[in-house]
Amino acid sequence: MNSIVFHVEELTKIYQMGEVQVNALRGIDLKLYKGEFTVLLGASGSGKSTLLNILGGLDTPTHGHVMYGNNNLSEATEHQLTEYRRYHVGFVFQFYNLIPSLTARENVAVVTEIARSPMLPEQALKLVELQERIDHFPAQLSGGEQQRVAIARAIAKNPDVLLCDEPTGALDSKTGVVVLEALQHINEQLGTTTVVITHNASIASMADRVIYLADGQIKEIRTNTAKLSAHELSW
Amino acid sequence: MLAIDKKLVRELWDMRMQALAIAMVIASGVSIFIMSLSTLDSLYETREHYYKNNNFAHVFASLKRAPATLIKRIQEIPGVNKVETRVLAYVNLDIPGFEDPVSGHLLSLPENSPGLLNSIFLQKGRLLNPARDNEVLLSEEFAKAHDLRAGDKLRAIINGRSRALIVSGTVSSPEYIYQIAPGAMFPDYKRYGVLWMSQKPLAGAYDLEGAFNNVALTLGKGANSQDVIDRLDELLKPYGGTGAIDRADQLSNRFLSEELKQQQTIATIFPLIFFGVAAFLLNVVTSRLISLQREQIAALKAFGYSNFAVGLHYTKLILLIVSLGVVVGIGFGVWMGKGMSNLYMEFYSLPYMMYVLKPQVIFAAAAISMTVAMLGTLHAVNNAAKLPPAQAMRPEAPAIYRMTLLEKLGLQQYFSQPSRMILRHIERRPLKSFLTTLGISMACGTMMTGGFQEGAINHMVDVQYNMIDRSDITAIYTEPASRRSLYSLRSLQGVEHAEGFRTAPVRLKFEHRFHRTSIKGIEPSGSLMHLLDSELNRIYLPENGVILTDYLAELLHIKPGDMLIIEVLEGNRITARVPVIGTAKEFLGTNVYMRREALNRLLKESDVISGAWLKVDSMHQKDVYKELKTMPRIAGVIEQRSAIKAFYKTMEETILFFTFISTLLGGSIAFGVIYNSMRIALSERNRELASLRVLGFKHGEVAYILLGEQAFLTLFALPLGMLAGYGLCAYMAFHFDTDLYRVPLILGVKVYAFAALVVIVSSVISALLVWRNLTQLDMIAVLKTKE
Repeated sequence: MNSIVFHVEELTKIYQMGEVQVNALRGIDLKLYKGEFTVLLGASGSGKSTLLNILGGLDTPTHGHVMYGNNNLSEATEHQLTEYRRYHVGFVFQFYNLIPSLTARENVAVVTEIARSPMLPEQALKLVELQERIDHFPAQLSGGEQQRVAIARAIAKNPDVLLCDEPTGALDSKTGVVVLEALQHINEQLGTTTVVITHNASIASMADRVIYLADGQIKEIRTNTAKLSAHELSW
Repeated sequence: MLAIDKKLVRELWDMRMQALAIAMVIASGVSIFIMSLSTLDSLYETREHYYKNNNFAHVFASLKRAPATLIKRIQEIPGVNKVETRVLAYVNLDIPGFEDPVSGHLLSLPENSPGLLNSIFLQKGRLLNPARDNEVLLSEEFAKAHDLRAGDKLRAIINGRSRALIVSGTVSSPEYIYQIAPGAMFPDYKRYGVLWMSQKPLAGAYDLEGAFNNVALTLGKGANSQDVIDRLDELLKPYGGTGAIDRADQLSNRFLSEELKQQQTIATIFPLIFFGVAAFLLNVVTSRLISLQREQIAALKAFGYSNFAVGLHYTKLILLIVSLGVVVGIGFGVWMGKGMSNLYMEFYSLPYMMYVLKPQVIFAAAAISMTVAMLGTLHAVNNAAKLPPAQAMRPEAPAIYRMTLLEKLGLQQYFSQPSRMILRHIERRPLKSFLTTLGISMACGTMMTGGFQEGAINHMVDVQYNMIDRSDITAIYTEPASRRSLYSLRSLQGVEHAEGFRTAPVRLKFEHRFHRTSIKGIEPSGSLMHLLDSELNRIYLPENGVILTDYLAELLHIKPGDMLIIEVLEGNRITARVPVIGTAKEFLGTNVYMRREALNRLLKESDVISGAWLKVDSMHQKDVYKELKTMPRIAGVIEQRSAIKAFYKTMEETILFFTFISTLLGGSIAFGVIYNSMRIALSERNRELASLRVLGFKHGEVAYILLGEQAFLTLFALPLGMLAGYGLCAYMAFHFDTDLYRVPLILGVKVYAFAALVVIVSSVISALLVWRNLTQLDMIAVLKTKE
């Protein structure tokens, strides 16, 4: 078995949304391993995004521990979390979150410029097969292309973990497959620990492990004996 | 360039109109700051330089006649450095081809020299030739007004005798930077001039050979001016001294000092308004920009950008906008400062103007703008920096709206749904609505200060020359004369009425306070001089006691019923205690009024007068001047109406300049505030408005919701702005008040209307610009993206 990257214990998260209190996570225990491709599956409001945000150092838990290697993320300072995100984590968002005023290359550069040993933006874009559209602005790219820029942006810093929040959520099936292929390619080629959130059950077949979440709790963890490759998927 | 900086530049370009509108407001603040301060520095520097180079005296004294040898004893007064004795005479002039009465001061000048003290600055021609006794030098402004050059001729009534004079050159003098006839309100270069003549012929004409009637002196280092003045007064008393004055009380210097004080007021208050408005605008725009970029901020943070880096990113954006404003403001401020300095140079008789732009002024303008901008946006930028990344990923919680006050009062049936949207939107952000309203009010208020100055001058002139002084001509005698002299004046053809007055220089004393002025003895029920109360109703002088100019009473802290001590500075130098009966409204000077007969009694003299006010049939006005000129006893003739006209002509340019600047400044605030508010409202309500369009609302109906709110705030701001303008003008009027003149707080309907008009026009222009964006609302795109 590979070494443990994340060790999560009794994780709870309560947050305030307007005048409503939301119990997003209610006691999560979980281990994630190096190089593993994990899919978090669950309905809307099951707590997937909250878990991912906490793993990515975007948010802090209300109770419980999150260990990244030997670092306790749940007790990290704002500054330490920033450093953690800057040097270790790559993010891919459902709605891409590209900066509209920057071209594809510049959107990647915005990350490589602050990273420790990044690839060239061109190189990262080549990995997602977007070398042709490198100087296009987000508004000139299709949804799938935008998401691939987002992936290039996430991997360009050579992150230790790649966290993807519904990367295909806004895409049609065909484009979604292209994006998933890119993710799988990176996971295999660079050995990056990858966590993908989805509510699309068919994506689960390409994962090493599938974690089912409901109502802020883990319902089931399943290990795939036979992994499918991304192009074999359809929905 | 770093990618994040490219983002900055492109976003700035996208919001260029908004950035420009803010930069304009900052530029306005910076430019008025630099204009006022550089003008102030230039005037100070030029005056200092001029005074120093031309040995402007520290103490001045007039007397009747003293032997030239007295100069030695003056020099012996401890603290005195240099002394110059002179002959000074008030004369009537006769300029060929100009029929109005012209008066002037004639000063003696040592042979072939510009004078030891108050040295003249030769502009054209040459100094006086000692071999000729009929040469004069003219003040540059006077020569210009009459187009007189070296070699031209004019006549002067010197001590009752008409003499032909030849112009040898034109000059400026530090003593007459502000050239104003005694008792006049404004400089009038056509009807009042200063002339210099050789000592010998002038002294001869006035029977002052080997004598003098005026002295100027400078003080040594560390000398106490008051000590010197006291000793000088003591020394000159037997020679008819009327009291020495310090440089600070010298008329020309006083006017200039007051002008500088006014500049200082302008330099403090206006930049304050502009920087306040700029800070508010930056806050609004930055807050909106940051809320639009929540997801981008989240993404940047997710990639590991620190709070500091995110904060710095937006700070840079703000500094870029501010820098643009500062650069434009400096350029414009220098331009206006130079224009203003040149106006002053022309308005005053300054031979040159050294435009001074101190680096610290520029530095201060930049530093203040940056600081204010930073303070204004601190909150917004801090919020952006602190935005927790996970929270930034979630859409903003929906804005909370509530029933408005009007609806709670049960008035909702009177409002359509769109109108309710407007009201709720305004009520939801009360602070922002209030600040927007305040910003527009300030624009309106700033506008009013331009019109105020013009209106104030009109009112001053109207009250002073139509209600108080109702005469057409004032004739001043060389010496007090019997009241019977009025008969000869009344007998002149065209003179409808003549009223004598007695005037004498005095020093007033109440408790520990002193004031130098002159006392006027007037006819209690005369028709040419009315004293007015604060409501501008006529008041009558009682049998005994005095009435003071209201401002003088304030200066002395004296009130009706108190006893005023009057020390007369001529003749027998009588000191008397008289009761104060009341105060009179006057915008000009500080006067003490008494019944003429009572003043004659107080001075222990018979029925004498110092001059007369005349009411003249306008048909015969010219003839009356001609006759008066031939009368040896008449030292000077002042004709008010043409002087006022001439003043308006000289003021026209200045007033136009002020109106132009205040309109520009007010307009830039109005546009800056209104345009930005509309753009932000559009950006905030983009989805809402697009949804309404999808539901079948027309462009106009959607525009109503957006622009209606702004229109409502603007209309609400107008009365508030008029109030603010009134306050601003009151503040200025209060700071402009001096014992030389008071600026009345009179704001005509025109002033209010013009200010309102500019604000409304600015709104309409903003609305037209935003209308374009409104017609381009992308209904599909707006609804497709999530929020």
